[in-house]
Amino acid sequence: MADYLLSIMTFFPLLGILVLLFLPRDNGGLLKAVTLVVSLITFAISLPLAFDPVFLTSGEMHYREFYEWINIGNYFQMNYNLGVDGISLWLVMLTTFITPIAILSTWNAVDKNIKGFMAMLLLLETGMLGAFISLDLFLFYIFWELMLIPMYFLIGIWGGKNRIYAAVKFFIYTAVGSLLMLVAIIFIFYYAVQSGADMNGFGIQEFYKLDLPHSAQFWLFLAFGFSFAIKVPMFPLHTWLPDAHTEAPTAGSVILAAVLLKMGTYGYVRFAMPLFPEVLPTFIPYLAFLAVFGIIYGSLVAMMQEDIKKLVAYSSVAHLGFVMLGIFALNMQGFAGGMIQMINHGISTGALFLIVGFIYERRHTRLITEFGGLATKMPIFATFFMIVTFSSIGLPGTNGFVGEFLALMGAFQSSLRWYAVFATTGVILAAVYMLWVYQRVMFGKVTNPKNENLKDLSLREIIIMLPLLLFVFWIGICPNTFLAKMNPAMEKMLVQMGATPVVAVEIPPAPEGYFGETGAAEGHGDEHGAEKTEHSD
Amino acid sequence: MENLVQEAIQNVNLQAIMPSLVLCAFGMAILMVSVFSKRGSTTHVAWLSLGALVVTGFVALTGWNNPQGGFAGSVLFDNFATFFSLICLIAAGLTILMSDNYLKREGYPVSEYYPLILFTTAGAMWMASGTDLMTIFLGLEVLSVSLYVLAGFFRNQIRSNEAGLKYFFLGAFSTGFLLYGVALLYGVTGTTKLEGIAAYIHANPSAAMNTMFIAGGLLLLVGFLFKVAAAPFHMWTPDVYQGAPTPITAFMSAGPKAAAFAALMRVAIVGLDGMQAELSSLFWVLAVLTMTIGNFVALSQKDLKRMLAYSSISHAGYALVGLVAWNAIGHSAILFYMLVYTFMNLGAFAVLVLIGKKGENNLTLDGIAGLGYKKPILGIVLTIFLFSLMGLPPTAGFIGKFYIFAGAIKAGYIWLAVLGILNSAVSLYYYLRVIVQMYFKDPVEDFSWVSINTPTAISIVISLAGVLYLGILPGSLLELAKLAGF
Repeated sequence: MADYLLSIMTFFPLLGILVLLFLPRDNGGLLKAVTLVVSLITFAISLPLAFDPVFLTSGEMHYREFYEWINIGNYFQMNYNLGVDGISLWLVMLTTFITPIAILSTWNAVDKNIKGFMAMLLLLETGMLGAFISLDLFLFYIFWELMLIPMYFLIGIWGGKNRIYAAVKFFIYTAVGSLLMLVAIIFIFYYAVQSGADMNGFGIQEFYKLDLPHSAQFWLFLAFGFSFAIKVPMFPLHTWLPDAHTEAPTAGSVILAAVLLKMGTYGYVRFAMPLFPEVLPTFIPYLAFLAVFGIIYGSLVAMMQEDIKKLVAYSSVAHLGFVMLGIFALNMQGFAGGMIQMINHGISTGALFLIVGFIYERRHTRLITEFGGLATKMPIFATFFMIVTFSSIGLPGTNGFVGEFLALMGAFQSSLRWYAVFATTGVILAAVYMLWVYQRVMFGKVTNPKNENLKDLSLREIIIMLPLLLFVFWIGICPNTFLAKMNPAMEKMLVQMGATPVVAVEIPPAPEGYFGETGAAEGHGDEHGAEKTEHSD
Repeated sequence: MENLVQEAIQNVNLQAIMPSLVLCAFGMAILMVSVFSKRGSTTHVAWLSLGALVVTGFVALTGWNNPQGGFAGSVLFDNFATFFSLICLIAAGLTILMSDNYLKREGYPVSEYYPLILFTTAGAMWMASGTDLMTIFLGLEVLSVSLYVLAGFFRNQIRSNEAGLKYFFLGAFSTGFLLYGVALLYGVTGTTKLEGIAAYIHANPSAAMNTMFIAGGLLLLVGFLFKVAAAPFHMWTPDVYQGAPTPITAFMSAGPKAAAFAALMRVAIVGLDGMQAELSSLFWVLAVLTMTIGNFVALSQKDLKRMLAYSSISHAGYALVGLVAWNAIGHSAILFYMLVYTFMNLGAFAVLVLIGKKGENNLTLDGIAGLGYKKPILGIVLTIFLFSLMGLPPTAGFIGKFYIFAGAIKAGYIWLAVLGILNSAVSLYYYLRVIVQMYFKDPVEDFSWVSINTPTAISIVISLAGVLYLGILPGSLLELAKLAGF
C-alpha cells in the first residue's frame, strides 16, 4: 500500500467525482456529505506521511512511484514520477487538511449547481496534490495547468458580482506565465538530450545534475521565475489576486489562499532556484527587493481597504513577501522560516477567509463600515477572530511569530540584512491593518441596526475553525514537530542551491562555570561572546 | 516507342493507389445508388458511404510499413501517406456521421453529398501519396472541385452561395498559380518528379538561384499555402467556413488541410530539400504571420463558425512551426498535430451542428448563453474540445502543441516557440469567452430544439475519445507519427 500511497491519495478525489456524477442533482445535502467524506478519506490516506519518521533523518524523496509513460527515445520522454520529501510533506498535508474544511464551509453558502461546485473542489484537490508530488517537470506542468480549470470555474460561476472579469483575468494571467515556463521546460529537456546526459524523462533529479551554461540559466530562471512570481504573487504581478479572492466564493478563496498561493513559492524552492543555482546571486537582490516591497506595499494597501476580503487578499501579498525573503536568504534559518511561514499563511489566511465568509453569509456585505460592535453579539466569533488576527500579525505564541521570526533572522544574517530591516517594519504594518479592522468590525457600539440580531457561530462553523486554531497554537508553541521533518530535506536543497546549509546564528555551548558560582560581571561578558555569528555566503 | 509503352505499363502498380481506387469505385457506385433512391431518403446512402470509408481504411492500413511505389515513381504509398490518408478518412467518417440529420433539418436531403465527400477524400489521399507534382496537382484538383460544390451545397442560402463561389474563384486562381509554378519548375529542371527536382538542384546548385526556379517554387508554395489557409492567403477562410454547411466546414478544416500539409511537406522536404535554409526562413515568417493574424482577428469574432475559422488559421500557423523546425521531431509533430486537430475541431463543430437552429442564425456568442445549464452534457463536451484547442493539459491539444514547440526548440528556434506560446496565450481569451457564455451567463433560450441524434452523438464520442486518449496516453500515436515522418 505504501508503494501506491501517493497515487491513491492524488486520484482518490477523482473517484469521488465519479461517485458524484451518479448522485441526484437536487439533493444538495447528500452531495456535500459525499464530497466531505471523500476529502476526509483523502486526508486519512495522507496521514501516514505526516507520522513517518523517515523524514526526520533523510532529505531524500520517499514514497517513490515511477512508471514510464511516454518514451520515444530522444524525441520525447516523460515518466509518471512521484515522490515526497520534507519540503513537500507539509504542503501535501496542508492541502488534504484544508480541503475538508473548505467543503464544510460551503454548507449554507452554495445553493446552485452544487454538483458542479463539489466536482470542481475535488478536481482542484487532485491538481494541487499532483503538483506537489511530481518529480517530472512535464507531469508537474500538467498538474499545474490542471489546477487553473476548476479555480476558473469556481470563481466564474459561483463568485461575486464581478466574477467573470476576475475569473478570466486569473486564468489568462496565470496561464501566460505558465506558458513561458513551458518553453523553458522544453529547452532544458532538449539541452540535456543534446549534451548526452542520461535522461529520465523530465525528471528533476536528473535536471539538478545538469550543468547548464550561465547565459542559458539566466533566461531559464527568468522564465521560471516570472511564472512563479505571478503565482506567489510578487509585486508587480499581483494584480490578479485581489480580484480573484474578492470575487471567489468562500471555499474557493480559502483554497486559493491556503494552497494555490503556495504553488508559486514551492515552485521557487523546488524548481527555479535549485535548477539554476549559478544565477541566484544575480537575481536574488532584485527578487528580495520585490519581496520586501510587496510586504510594505501590500500592508499599506491593505490598510486602506474598505472591503474586508480585499484587505485579507492584500495581506496575503504581504505575508508571502516574508516567505520569499526567508527563502532568498539561502540559509537554514531563513529557509525554515519561509517554509513554515508557507504553512502558517495557509492556516491563518485560510482561517481569515473563513471568518470573512461567516460574516458574509450573515449580512451579505463585506464593507467594513457596515459592521461595528459585533463582539457583543457574537462572542465566540470574536474570540476566534482575535486568535486568527494574532496569528496573522505574528504574535509570539502563535504560528505567525515562528515563521516571521525565523525568516527575518535568516535574512538578517545573510547578505539581505538591509532588506530584513525594512521587512521588519512590515510586522508593525500588519499589526496596524489587522488590529484596526478588528476594532472597526468587532469593538465599539453596534452602530448598524442590521447587526442587532446576528447569530453567533453554529456548531459546524466552530468545528471548521477549531482544527485551524489548534494548529495556530501547535506550530506557535511547538514548531519543532514540523520543522524537524523539514530539516534534512532543506539541507539537501540548500546544497543544491549552491549555499552552505549553516544555521545563521549558532550559540556555542556555555563556557565552564557559566552557570556556576562565578559573578554576574563575568557572565555578562561571556554572553556577548557567545553570540558569534556565521555568515552563510 | 513500344518499349516505352511496355515500360510504362510495367511500372503501373495499382497497389500504390489501391485505397483511392477503392474509394472512387465505392463513390461511383454510391452515386448510382443515390440516383436510384427516393428523393429525400439519404440515410442509407450515408451509411453506405461510411461503410466505404471503413473498407478503404482497412485497405489503407495495408500500406503501413509496406511502401508501394508506382506509376513510374509518381505515387508512393508509404507510412507518411498511410498516416495522412487515415486522418482524411477519419475526418470524412466523422463528417458523414454528423451530416445526415443536419441535411434533413436544413432542408437539403440530397444524397449526392456523400459521394462528393468520398471523392474529396480520394483526392486528399492522392495528394498525400503523390511524389510527382502532377499527381499532387491531380489530387488537389479532385479535392478542390468536390469541395467547391460541397461548400455551396445549400443553393438557396445566400451565404452558402457566397462560400461556394468565393472558394471556387480563389481556389481556381491559386490552383492556376500552382500549375504555373509547376510549369516553371519543369522548365528549369526538366522533370516534375520531386526526387528529380531535388536531384537536379543537387547536381546544379546554381539553378537554385535561377529566377525561373525561384518564381516557380514561390508560385507552387502559394498554391499550397492557400489550401492550408496560411496568411497572407487566408482571406477566403472565414467567409467560406461561415457560409458552408457546418459538417463541410468541419471537414474542410481538417481533411483537406491535412492533405495540403502532406503535399507541402513532401514538396518542401523531398523536392526542395536543397533550399532548407531559405525555406525555413520563409516558413518562419509565414508561421508567425499566420498565428498572429489568426489569433488576433479571432478575438473580435462573435459568430462561432467564423471564430473557429480564424482559430483554424492560427492552428495552421502552429503546424507551420513544425515545418520551420525541419527536423524529425518537427515533422512527426505536424503529423500528430493534424490528427489531434481533426479530432478536436470535428468534435467542436459536431456540437455546433447539434445546437444550431434551422438556418443557423443562433451560432453566435449570444446564442449559446447558458448552454452549460440547459444541455450539460453538450456543455461539458464543448468545454473539453475548447480546452484542447487552447492547448491545456490533459487534452490532446496540449500534447500536440508541446510536440510542435519541442521540435522548434530542439532546432534552436527559441524565439519562434516563445511567439507561438504567446499566441497560444492570446487564443485563451476567445476560447474562454465561449465557456464564459456557456457557464457564466444565465440562459436566454431553452434550447428545446436540440435533439441529439445517434450518428452525431457517435461522432462526438469518437472525437472526445480521441482528444482524451491522445492527451493522456499519446505514446503509441507519437511513436506511429515518428515512424511515419521523414
